Amino acid sequence: MRTIVKRGAVAALSLAVMASAAFAENVKIAFIDPLSGPFASTGTNGLHQYEFAAETLVNANGGVLGGQKFEIVGFDNKISPKESLIQLQVAIDQGIRYVVQGNSSGVANALTEAIDKHNRRNPDSRVLFLNYSAVDPALTNEKCNFWHFRFDANADIKMDALTDVMAADDSIKKVYIIGQDYSFGKAVAAAAVSFLGAKRPDIEIVGNELHPIGKVKDFTPYARKIVASGADAVITGNWGSDMLNLGKSVIENGFKGPIYTYYAAADGITAAFGETGKGSLRLVSEGPLNPIASDRAADYVKAFKAKYPDGNVSQARITNVIEMLARAINDAGSATDVVAVGKALEGMEHDSLWGGKIMMRPQDHQAIQDVHIFAHTDEGVQFDYDNSGYGMVVESSVTMASADAPTTCKMKRP
Amino acid sequence: MQSLDKTQTRLEGGVSMKTAMPWIVSAVMLVLMPFIFQSNSAITIMNQMAITIVFALSYNMLLGQGGMLSFGHAVYMGVGGFVCVHVMNWDIFGSIPLPLLPLLGGIFGMILASLVGYFSTRKAGTVFAMISLGVGELIAACSVIIVVFFGGEEGVSGDRTYGMPFFGVEFLSQIEVYYLTAGWLLISALLMYLFSRTPIGRMANAVRDNPERAEFLGYSSRWVRYNSFVAAGFFAGIAGGLFAINYEILTEENLNLTTSGSILLVTFLGGVGVFFGPVVGAIVFTLLQTVLSLETEIWSLYVGALFVATVMFFPSGLAGVMQMHIVPIKLGKWRLLVMPYIVTLVPAIVCILGLSGLIEVLFHARHAAIGETEMTLFWVTFQHTEIWPWVVFALMAALGFWLARKNAPQLMEAWHKANTPDGADT
Amino acid sequence: MDLILVNLIDGLVTGLLLFMLSAGLTLIFSMMGVLNFAHASFYMLGAYFAYQISTYLGFWMGLLIAPPLVGIVGAAVERYGLRRVHQYGHVPELIFTFGLALLIEELVKFIWGNDQIPYQIPEILEGAAFSISSYDIPAYKVFMIFLSLGIFAGLLFVMTRTRVGMIIQAALSYPRTVEALGHNVPLVFMGVFGVGTALAGVAGVIAGPVLSTFPGMAFVLGSIVFVTIVIGGLGSLGGALVAALIIGWLTTFAKAYNIRMEDILTSLGFTKPEPVWDSAWADLWTLTSPQIADILPYLLMILILVFRPYGLFGKRDV
Repeated sequence: MRTIVKRGAVAALSLAVMASAAFAENVKIAFIDPLSGPFASTGTNGLHQYEFAAETLVNANGGVLGGQKFEIVGFDNKISPKESLIQLQVAIDQGIRYVVQGNSSGVANALTEAIDKHNRRNPDSRVLFLNYSAVDPALTNEKCNFWHFRFDANADIKMDALTDVMAADDSIKKVYIIGQDYSFGKAVAAAAVSFLGAKRPDIEIVGNELHPIGKVKDFTPYARKIVASGADAVITGNWGSDMLNLGKSVIENGFKGPIYTYYAAADGITAAFGETGKGSLRLVSEGPLNPIASDRAADYVKAFKAKYPDGNVSQARITNVIEMLARAINDAGSATDVVAVGKALEGMEHDSLWGGKIMMRPQDHQAIQDVHIFAHTDEGVQFDYDNSGYGMVVESSVTMASADAPTTCKMKRP
Repeated sequence: MQSLDKTQTRLEGGVSMKTAMPWIVSAVMLVLMPFIFQSNSAITIMNQMAITIVFALSYNMLLGQGGMLSFGHAVYMGVGGFVCVHVMNWDIFGSIPLPLLPLLGGIFGMILASLVGYFSTRKAGTVFAMISLGVGELIAACSVIIVVFFGGEEGVSGDRTYGMPFFGVEFLSQIEVYYLTAGWLLISALLMYLFSRTPIGRMANAVRDNPERAEFLGYSSRWVRYNSFVAAGFFAGIAGGLFAINYEILTEENLNLTTSGSILLVTFLGGVGVFFGPVVGAIVFTLLQTVLSLETEIWSLYVGALFVATVMFFPSGLAGVMQMHIVPIKLGKWRLLVMPYIVTLVPAIVCILGLSGLIEVLFHARHAAIGETEMTLFWVTFQHTEIWPWVVFALMAALGFWLARKNAPQLMEAWHKANTPDGADT
Repeated sequence: MDLILVNLIDGLVTGLLLFMLSAGLTLIFSMMGVLNFAHASFYMLGAYFAYQISTYLGFWMGLLIAPPLVGIVGAAVERYGLRRVHQYGHVPELIFTFGLALLIEELVKFIWGNDQIPYQIPEILEGAAFSISSYDIPAYKVFMIFLSLGIFAGLLFVMTRTRVGMIIQAALSYPRTVEALGHNVPLVFMGVFGVGTALAGVAGVIAGPVLSTFPGMAFVLGSIVFVTIVIGGLGSLGGALVAALIIGWLTTFAKAYNIRMEDILTSLGFTKPEPVWDSAWADLWTLTSPQIADILPYLLMILILVFRPYGLFGKRDV
């Protein structure tokens, strides 16, 4: 009886493995992010952005190394670290040398360690990890390694920019910090305290607390506390439904001041905030859509929206990942020698599609770029999110934010 | 749970060739598997299977053999695994051979189970289920609160290769880890099997079926449950240790309700009434999870439907269905079943394929990008805007259903015939 | 003082919402012995149905039509699913509802997608009803309180003053005797299951707009409903109400006030290690009540089960 089952397994396994062989001439990039489960919409939208960027920015221009095309292969990690490691193994077996991932710093931590170990143990099949969204500062500090490159500004850089804006606002006297109880939430809170302390010692931090991630059904008690504290502004690193529910609850229960945050746009959140969030939400991010940098960028967004009407160009840095990787492969003259490609990426300066420059800092592989503070509004919006009429409009910008910020990274190069 | 008492029919004392044979075959299979599937990803999947098998077998010590429904079994696996990862980060790890590490996980799983079991096994049934749920939620929530031990959301990671080389093996490659895992799988499965044959294991069955009678025989049903619970905790901890060695990281997901729930699913899918049921369940479920999710986005819909269908129509699980065929085979009447099976099952499969085809086309039509009307299903590429795929799949579903329905009585009849000389049930 | 009053009101809303869910569940559980794991899924269905109806006919029609629809789905599940599994025993029944919860979640994702859907409160109930010093009490919350109190009163009336209620009450305690008296117990079961799930549907309709409607909403609410009825005691509507209110207030107050472990430990005479981050007990010292607010009900349930297995108001064992 066992043999029967196992024979079935033989067939199924060989199917899974066979799916790999085709198209050796393409440069394949593994997209390891949630494609099912509660974060599937973010993941699927990201995959679409990668596919579109690879198609229009690289393949339509003749590919890399004189004709090799980029091919994005989606792997569903169900936002689980364990599942990510399995999918990483499957990807490596398919001969993939580049891994992109972004959702959840927990997954990124697991992946960067696994890739470091894999590259040490298997020098013939080394891979590069291009992290486009996980912003836990540790990834480019104590946990940094040569194989990991981060294209998003990390939580500290973003907080530096946010607090610049807050420091300039004299009406802010009291600030309430609230976040999810995990590494990223804690990093945000710590950064907020230290930057505010340095820039505006007179600002009083009237609350600094963490709530369980993804488990809070009703934020009303927290909102009451925030109102009761008399805070003029709220800082939060929340994302997903935690962001939406916290924001809505705080506004509904009578809070009038601004909410400074990281992730309160796209994937249904902009639409759900709608009118409620206008005038209170302030976001820090890169890659502005309103106003857009150039006609080329505008055409890119329009073409994307024509192909995916329900999608959003919500992670503008994805185009930087694709363009910079293509350049690095061309510079290195090989798509399989990832050490050479990695060295070409180090210190690369690049003109972003969204305006401004990007520099991949060699000390810690953190991309240094322009960071903007956006307001959630329906005025002056050329490109909205979630087809809601609401979008993000630039209020202020920091050029090459935190270019000389210190890092604790001690990079070991192969 | 009438299906459970079938195990009892095969009570044989001593070690005979017949009882040893399945174990020898399994051992040989485990040794040979990596030669059949050589790719690293296949080995990774097999490692995952092996871990799930140990975990599911340990879960079945509670559910199948002890009649205790637990919603928090992942906790014991997780805590065992966390201890192992912490050990990997200590200096002392350099003097411990890696293959012994799961034992440590097992011991800590057992310690936790002996603490929790002290109050949770007082009653069986719903009280036990609800306490296990509460404990599971508490410990899962603690994982983000007690950062020192559980490492918060990012978990704790280690490096298995810092352990003492074991006869020169440093466990750098997946294949070495596979043989370690497979070895532990065989040992723990054998131990769990033997446990079910000891008086304690037997009494667990008795207490499951009729606690009052067991009490009258002089056994404390509470202590019988307690023993099974602690033993199950031990083997869950071993699974945790194997997990730690394989993935070198443990996170909150190793403790939470989803993991506890899916092991219930795995075990029940395989069949709780038969010892090797969870083995079948673990293999099928891991394949569904890893292979099916490569093929379709809505794989969990199929898994959910499969699970509900199993509970409704085959409460004894896949292994139970297999075991139902022992009687006809023993009677030498299995040939009677071949034709009716073909005429019923083939249309049924066609019907299921048709239905899933309809679902896939509908899903693609609703959720694909505009302009991307092309889709590939069953090695055929077509446009979802065209009418014929819908018609073909609908016809497949309807025809298959009609034929299967029509031939089902025939199968039932043949089934009865094949089983009759014994006057057996079903 | 004002804040305490406001928190009392907030806790009341949470508690009453929980009560509406657990009222149906406790009826189903005590009558059929089934821990309906899919109960929260019917709550989710209520929200989604109401959203779909509200896009055509507005919020109020959604509130009117969605719960009966959910009830019909529930009754159908009982008739064609649960009744079939019933013969195998209680554990397979429970596992069936567990699988059903998974399946319903997947179906919801299949039909409505993974994203949060824009299910909004009606315009007439937007804004604050009144304020206590600077704290706004949203009008919608006042509406929720009155609706759930109305449902509680109606249930109490049906259960104690009508013939149907008498039969149900009797079937709760002595199902065999009731069957022997010639009542169609399977029909009663189906009815109770339908009504119970319809109640969950009502909870979903009114909770959807404030707690947001997304495929994970059932899972988030998840097991807390069982905790409520186990604490309250099986078959006891009053117990379910008391337990729901206790949980509502407990979690609200734990979140609203930062009770810090540091203060408790210091007052007990311990000295805080400096720096706290390097201490092995760092997590204990930095613990605050909002962090553990959501697991308090589970702790309470375990204690209750260990010391009083029939709950606060129950008459028989869980």
